[in-house]
Amino acid sequence: MAETPARLALLRRHPLLWPVVALVALLAINVVANPGFLSLRMQDGHLYGNLVDIARNGAPVLLVALGMTLVIATRGIDLSVGAVAAISGAVACVYIAGAPDGGSVGTAIVACSLALATCVALGLWNGFLVSVLGIQPIIATLVLMTAGRGLAMLVTDGQITTVNNSTFAGLGVGFVATLPIAILVALGVFALTALVVRRTALGMLIEAVGINPEASRLAGVRARTIIWTVYVFAALCAGLAGLMIAGNTSAADANNAGLWIELDAILAVVIGGTSLAGGRFSLAGTLVGALFIQTLATTIPNLGIPAQTNYLFKAVVVILVCLLQSPRVRHALRVRRRTLPMTAKAGVA
Amino acid sequence: MSQTQTPAAVGSGTPAPAREVAPVAGRPAAAPVVEMQGISIAFGGVPALDDVALRLYPGEVHALMGENGAGKSTLIKALTGVYAVDAGTIVVDGREESFTSPAASQAAGISTVYQEVNLCTNLTVAENMLLGREPRRFGGIHTRAMNRRARATLDRLGLDIDPASVLGRHPIAVQQLVAIARAVDVEARVLILDEPTSSLDADEVARLFTVMRTLRDQGTAIVFVSHFLDQVFEISDRLTVLRNGRLVGERMVAETSQLELVKLMLGRELATLEELDREVAETDLVDRTATPVLQVLGLGRKGSLQATDLSVYEGEVVGVAGLLGSGRTELARLLFGADTADTGEIEVHGTSRRFRSPRHAIDRRLAFSSENRRAEGVIEDLSVADNMLLAMQASRGWLRPIPAAQRQALVSKYVEALDIRPANPDATMRNLSGGNQQKVLLARWLLTEPELLVLDEPTRGIDVGAKAQIQQLVADLARRGMAVVFISAELEEVLRLSDRLVVMRERRKIDERLNDDVSVSDVLELIAGQERPTDQERPTPQEAPRG
Repeated sequence: MAETPARLALLRRHPLLWPVVALVALLAINVVANPGFLSLRMQDGHLYGNLVDIARNGAPVLLVALGMTLVIATRGIDLSVGAVAAISGAVACVYIAGAPDGGSVGTAIVACSLALATCVALGLWNGFLVSVLGIQPIIATLVLMTAGRGLAMLVTDGQITTVNNSTFAGLGVGFVATLPIAILVALGVFALTALVVRRTALGMLIEAVGINPEASRLAGVRARTIIWTVYVFAALCAGLAGLMIAGNTSAADANNAGLWIELDAILAVVIGGTSLAGGRFSLAGTLVGALFIQTLATTIPNLGIPAQTNYLFKAVVVILVCLLQSPRVRHALRVRRRTLPMTAKAGVA
Repeated sequence: MSQTQTPAAVGSGTPAPAREVAPVAGRPAAAPVVEMQGISIAFGGVPALDDVALRLYPGEVHALMGENGAGKSTLIKALTGVYAVDAGTIVVDGREESFTSPAASQAAGISTVYQEVNLCTNLTVAENMLLGREPRRFGGIHTRAMNRRARATLDRLGLDIDPASVLGRHPIAVQQLVAIARAVDVEARVLILDEPTSSLDADEVARLFTVMRTLRDQGTAIVFVSHFLDQVFEISDRLTVLRNGRLVGERMVAETSQLELVKLMLGRELATLEELDREVAETDLVDRTATPVLQVLGLGRKGSLQATDLSVYEGEVVGVAGLLGSGRTELARLLFGADTADTGEIEVHGTSRRFRSPRHAIDRRLAFSSENRRAEGVIEDLSVADNMLLAMQASRGWLRPIPAAQRQALVSKYVEALDIRPANPDATMRNLSGGNQQKVLLARWLLTEPELLVLDEPTRGIDVGAKAQIQQLVADLARRGMAVVFISAELEEVLRLSDRLVVMRERRKIDERLNDDVSVSDVLELIAGQERPTDQERPTPQEAPRG
């Protein structure tokens, strides 16, 4: 019995508490509005349901947000991920459309590899600007954010390129072992990232560089290499997300693919409790954050509110998150919390 | 509201019982302007202060003493409204206060000048002094009135500083005085000076003390926090000693000896330093015919260090003495590749090397602990363990993490060996005191098993206990064969530890000699030069003394 309050206190201070509470609250609202919201059904060996939809549609944001988490942990930011996603989809679709054997598995694999290789190059460019030339990350990646859509247009010749390749489309709409491929890919990347970051020393070194770059340099940390690596990783994640988005519609839309996804990704990272000031980061928090954003997008139409107002609700979330992270509000809340248990104690005594 | 005149039950386990403290001779008895009683603060269940009392009298300098982690900073932050107290009362001028912000405390007449000067170096002296309270005219700032008012305050303190000059042009010591002038200008009745002398030289300290005496005689209550015992005894009237978050006692300085104070602070006799003196004095077993661990020829960098030669041998401590800005820190940074040299050659064990980054130096088994612990040492948000293992992990590369068992063994070994407190490897670095952070940083470098250790001001701003421990450690390391370059502003410390002495002035080496029977005054003469050039009367280049 004596342990329970201690455990509760620990839980109350757990950094993931509030993101999870928010997600559960959002799901609860949906259940109230539509009691069958959580139900899942099996059809032709495929799992269907609102929860599956949320996870599947949230997969691209989750991927982009994973890369963004590491970038933000180094005190950086990557605004170009949306453009990179568009370029990735464009490269893949144009290759498939031009290939003699447009529907084959081999073509799809070559197309995806080509697209991801392009993304690595783009990530190297971003990383070069930030880590070697020392340009502020927000400016450095703004270059590719604006120029990138132009590049994608060049690749697709300004047309929406449609393709007919079931393997490629599978990335967006396919199923393996009852679950959508998109979910499996995103979770796979998530697990792999978490494994690499936390089982090696990479996570600690990223945090050290993010908290105090100069002290890290003097301790012999190869800060430049680390920063460069995270930008490449972010671009790679964005490229994978771009392939999913293109696969979903079997088309590359240079103008709209991955539009504003960088903002969703940043929001997911912040909701997950990683500070924009760099330093300590939480991949699990980002996962919850990405799911929260997608659930929000699903909730709005589910409540009968026009989907166009989605941005308004996101804005409200941003404001709430900012308020909760503001030192002044936190202080005010802490003072209140401090007085509350005291009076409770007095009541008992 | 009547105010209790009974002093707090001072001391837990001290011989001095609660007693009426006699007023300082020559000054009338006065009620304390600040009376803190029964103050307790805990962070996450760990008590930082436990039933502590502090009384500040107008017209007195009150030294707040204790080792690092004793609770001095926490107590000051309670008084200045940075931390809320869990229990206890703060009475200012007979009114009980509960400050919820630094602004509230300031409004009650309590001003603080922190160790790191918190001013804007790009503004003028007057703008800094009156920031946020500028005299206005026609909706704009009335610059002339502002300068006039700043001048008046500076005059009152006997300071000859041009209010219209840009603050950043002045040396740190003057900036510190400006910070005090700013605090005085807000009509401070209590002035808290947190380690004001840690980066000042002797003349500057004297100047600061003059200002402090002026203020004291004008009726200000001054809290003085310092690790320099001599200074405490020179300037203070009364002192309060804390240890491990508890009150040890309040004493009149005139009735206390230095030894007594050290005993109070440490809770034990301190023979370590004397032992160390004997050990170092007896041994000079350095073999200077062998190949030096590190040899530099003509090492220099434009604007920071003129061409300098230096050799360091195995098992040798080379002490570097010199004032701030003499080039001592610049030398250390160039040795380690923290800055890249323009000229000169570096040889490690006789092989020529080029250090383009600290990384290269670390690969050659060099280590460097920077004088700027906060900006260039600690990773505040990471744990003690991560901070300790950072350099070692960086050398191994991220793909080869240190196995958990080895990690734990290494960390607990060094936590114990260096007496790091709290002895919790998972504690966040931010929450450690300065001395303990310094020990963690030393451990970080010792883990890389360096052959040459460059220590720039490793004992600055830390308490006597930790200082003695670090000095002991350096002596031990040298005895076991490590080469050490030891830089410190404290000449006694440099002389106590080094086998050989290098003296720096005006960005170059002016002297190098074996340390046998070199006295502090010898070194002072070297540092000062024969003509003792000062800022006001700089010698013409022809007359400049040659080293």
